[in-house]
Formats: sequence, C-alpha cells, structure tokens
Amino acid sequence: MPIIEVKDVVGGYGAVPILNGVNIAIEQSDIGVIVGPNGAGKSTTLKAIFGLLRVTSGNIVFDGQEIANWLPDKLVPMGLSFVPQEKNVFTSMTVEENLEMGAFIRRDDFSDTLEEVYGMFPVLKEKRRQLAGELSGGQRQMVAMGRALMSKPKLLMLDEPSAGLSPRFVLEIFEKIVTVNKAGVAILMVEQNARQALAFATRGFVLTQGQNRFTGTGAELIADPEVAKSFLGG
Amino acid sequence: MDIIVFIINKAVITGLVIGSVYALGAVGVTLIAGILRFSHFAHGDVMTMGAFFSFVLAAFFAGLGLHWPIASGIVVLPVSMAATALVLYGFDIAFYAPLRRRGARPITLLIASIGVTMMLQGVLRLFAGTQSYSFFQNEPKLLYRIDLGWLGATRPLTLTQPQAFMIGLTLVCCIALALFLTRSRLGKAMRAMSDNPSLAQVSGINTQLVVRMTWLISGALACLAGTMLALDVQLKPDLAFNIILPIFAAAVVGGLGQPYGAIAGGFLVGFAETLSVFDWSVVTKPFNAYLPDFIVNAPNLALVPTEYKLVVSFVILVAVLLSRPTGIFKGVST
Repeated sequence: MPIIEVKDVVGGYGAVPILNGVNIAIEQSDIGVIVGPNGAGKSTTLKAIFGLLRVTSGNIVFDGQEIANWLPDKLVPMGLSFVPQEKNVFTSMTVEENLEMGAFIRRDDFSDTLEEVYGMFPVLKEKRRQLAGELSGGQRQMVAMGRALMSKPKLLMLDEPSAGLSPRFVLEIFEKIVTVNKAGVAILMVEQNARQALAFATRGFVLTQGQNRFTGTGAELIADPEVAKSFLGG
Repeated sequence: MDIIVFIINKAVITGLVIGSVYALGAVGVTLIAGILRFSHFAHGDVMTMGAFFSFVLAAFFAGLGLHWPIASGIVVLPVSMAATALVLYGFDIAFYAPLRRRGARPITLLIASIGVTMMLQGVLRLFAGTQSYSFFQNEPKLLYRIDLGWLGATRPLTLTQPQAFMIGLTLVCCIALALFLTRSRLGKAMRAMSDNPSLAQVSGINTQLVVRMTWLISGALACLAGTMLALDVQLKPDLAFNIILPIFAAAVVGGLGQPYGAIAGGFLVGFAETLSVFDWSVVTKPFNAYLPDFIVNAPNLALVPTEYKLVVSFVILVAVLLSRPTGIFKGVST
C-alpha cells in the first residue's frame, strides 16, 4: 500500500486553482521526485498535502488516513514532515534549538534522535551552539532537514532542497537524502535540478499546468527522449 | 555625600521603580507584538484593570479584618495576576481571535485594541467612579530608612515598602522570564513563533497553546506593573493614559518582539523621564560659591517640567523610529 496517494487533487491559493487533477503515489521505500516547468504546480502539490492551502476536490490519503485540508500540527504527529524552500530555519535560535523545535510534538526523550541527526550531519554537531542565521546556505539546508527529521517522520517532503546551493553542496544534499531514505523514510521532493534529482529517484512525476504529464522511475524518465527534450535540456 | 544620597533617593530609586513598571508593561506589549504581530493598545488599561483587581481584593481582606506585615496590595498579587491573565485571555477569545480567523490585518487588530481600551475605560469608571483611591487608607505605608552615617551622610536612604518589593519582584520576574524563554520547551516555542510563525506551524508547534501562554503571561505582568504603580502613587482610572506612551516607547526602543529589549527599554525610558524632570539645581547649589558673578544658578534646573513628563517618552519614540526603527535588539519593524 502506498505511503501517500494524491488522487485527482484540485486546489490553489484563491479562486483560480493551480492544481487541476494531480495524481501522485509513492511507497514507503521510494524516493519520489516531482519536476516540471515553473508554475506547473510542483511546490503547490507539496503544500496541498501539508495543509498549507485549500484542496477543493480530490483525495489525499496518508498511511491509510484521509488527510486533505488537515492542518500541519495534526500531520506532524502522524509522521509527515516538510522542509520549505525559503525561511526554513529559525535564524535567531541556535542549531540545537532548531532541532529541538523539530521534536516539539515528542513527549519522550529524543536525545537518541538528536545524536542520529548529528551523526548524519557532523557539521551541525560542531556548530550546535551557533545561531542558525549565521550559517552558510548549505549548512542551513542541513539544519532545515535535521529539524524535519527530529519528529521521526515516515514521509519527508522537501521543496527544492538544492535551491541556491553550490554544485558541491547539491550533490552532498542529494546523498544525504538517499541516506535518510535508506534508513526507512519515504521521500517526496520537488526539484528544479531535474536531471540530477531524477538520477536518484525511484519514482518520478513530471507536472505541467497543474496536471501529470509523465510518470515513471527516475531512470525511465531520463531515458525518455520526449521528457529529455522538453524538460531536461536534451 | 548628602547630595549623593538625595540623588539616589529622588532620582535613582524613582528611576528604578518607574523603570520597573515600564519594563514589565513593555514585556507584555512586546510579546504580543512578536507572536501575535500587532500593537496591543489596550495594555495600559489592562494594567489599570489589574490594579483595580488588586485593590478590590485588598479591600475585601481589610474588610475581613486581616492584616499582614506586607501591604495587602502586594499579598493579593498572585490572585489578581491570575485573574488579569484570565480576563485578558478572555478578551482574545472574544475580540481578537475572531478577527484573526477572518484574516484581519495588524492594523485592524490595533484598532480593535483601541476599542477594547475604550470599553475598559468605560467599565472601570462605571464601577469605580472617577476619583482616586489609595491602597493605604486602612494600613500604613511602611518606609525603610537605611542609615548611611558610616559613609558620612546625614540623610538616610529612604525606600517605601512597595518600592522595595517592586524592584525585587521585577528582578525575579526578569530572571524567571529569561529561564522560561531559554530553558523550557514552551518558552523556546514562543521564541520560534516570534522568529518565523509559518515555520513554527510547519514544525508541528501547537500555535494555539503559544498564543494562550502569551496572553496569560502578558496579563499577569501587566497586573503586577499596574498594582505596583498604584501602590507607589495612587489608583486612578486614568492610570493607563500616562502609561501607554512610555510603554510603547520602551518596547520600540528595545526592539518590538525582543523581551530583553523591552526590559532594557523600560529602564531606559524610566530613567530618561526621571532624570529629565529632576531638579538639577540642587546638585549645582554647592558650587554657587565658586561660580563667577555673571553666571547665575537658576532656581529650577529641570530639563522638562513635571507636567510635560510624557514629552520625554514621545521624543524617545520619535527619535528611535526615525533613526533605528528596529530598536536596540533589532526586533520587527512593522
């Protein structure tokens, strides 16, 4: 059974819908990547899943539970986590405090999760008492991911994790995402760096104008000449 | 030496007391501004309301014939602080939350708070009239005299009991607030929400709980500040009018949304006011003998006459908004 299913979802921010019947489904072990041109509705799909905008028709089923239009503070305890593209760290708080905020919903002792996150991102342990606002872009992205992992999610959603990062960091972030996935977390991410992201994807979705255009494994989509011509720059 | 004692009695202690009142009021305003993102103009009247709660409770206990070594206005503080906190939270449920649910802009909430302040002024006058009340009709206001003869002074350091408690309780509250914000889960969640409200929501932080705590803490501190001010001078329904401008000046100076800034700002404004209305000619009098004939020492060397005390806060507020609107600790600038 898929960990998450988005079925014919229509929704947007105001009167005009941005999503016009989007379908996404991934399994617990998948790395799902959503690509497409600007304005296609990629980030909007993630925000629709996470309750940050209104879904007017269609279903979103997570772990067997219908969650359309549920607010984030109900979704995080269920095992859903989201890393926004911008302003994704608390700049006036230390790295360690940022991670603690990720564990807000947990009432148990989360120090072992904290150590796991530090193990995955050693530079964060080094800078644990530094203000998140003082870190570089790549380090901030790691804080943002670490924060989302503190709630031990089943599904981690990322909105353009490589945005604004230098090429070296882009590779590093994607490798970390694969590591997280191997640890048992399903990944659903939106990416502008389509070719690089699809190389890691077990499931790829190409969206245009709020609808699905192509679907397949990452390898299939890279190999498909039509996809390559339209979206991957040949 | 006597002059130093005089300065301490009239300027330093007064500055500390009034600074404490402004600091606690400003902390409430700044917390609401940082987390709820609007300027709560009703805060002055919430402080007055808190003072009235204390007065009523103190009078009730006096009527029962109970007396304590500490002024009854201070003893009833825990109860009146709790009452004020709950009433302020009630105002949110009744007035501000429905507007927030409809997506009201900060300016709308500000105007709503002006409405609340007018309502409070009317209600307080309805129940208490327009006259002044003293907390010390039935009991004495204790005065502490600290003899400084060993330092060569002939006058003692004088401090009233409410003043001593005010300074002490403010210190306790500031330390408690600092510990709460840096050590507790809920305190850190408040800082997170003040920093980045949408990320706080995305992280699963219970934003309703944080909002509730903000109102409760602000209400309790407002009651403390209002009661202590009324104990120091008198309880009048228009206590609020003279307080609201200095409190906002203090909050803005310190950086809106920065609690430590509000505390610093409160003392800054408090001392600025006190030192501006202080008659400096007392200090310069001993030097009269050394001055050449053409320089005459004026009878009153206060920077600002006492009736114009509010001018000081106004000038500070305008100066900060023009030169550095985000304040000392760089808060939000809207």
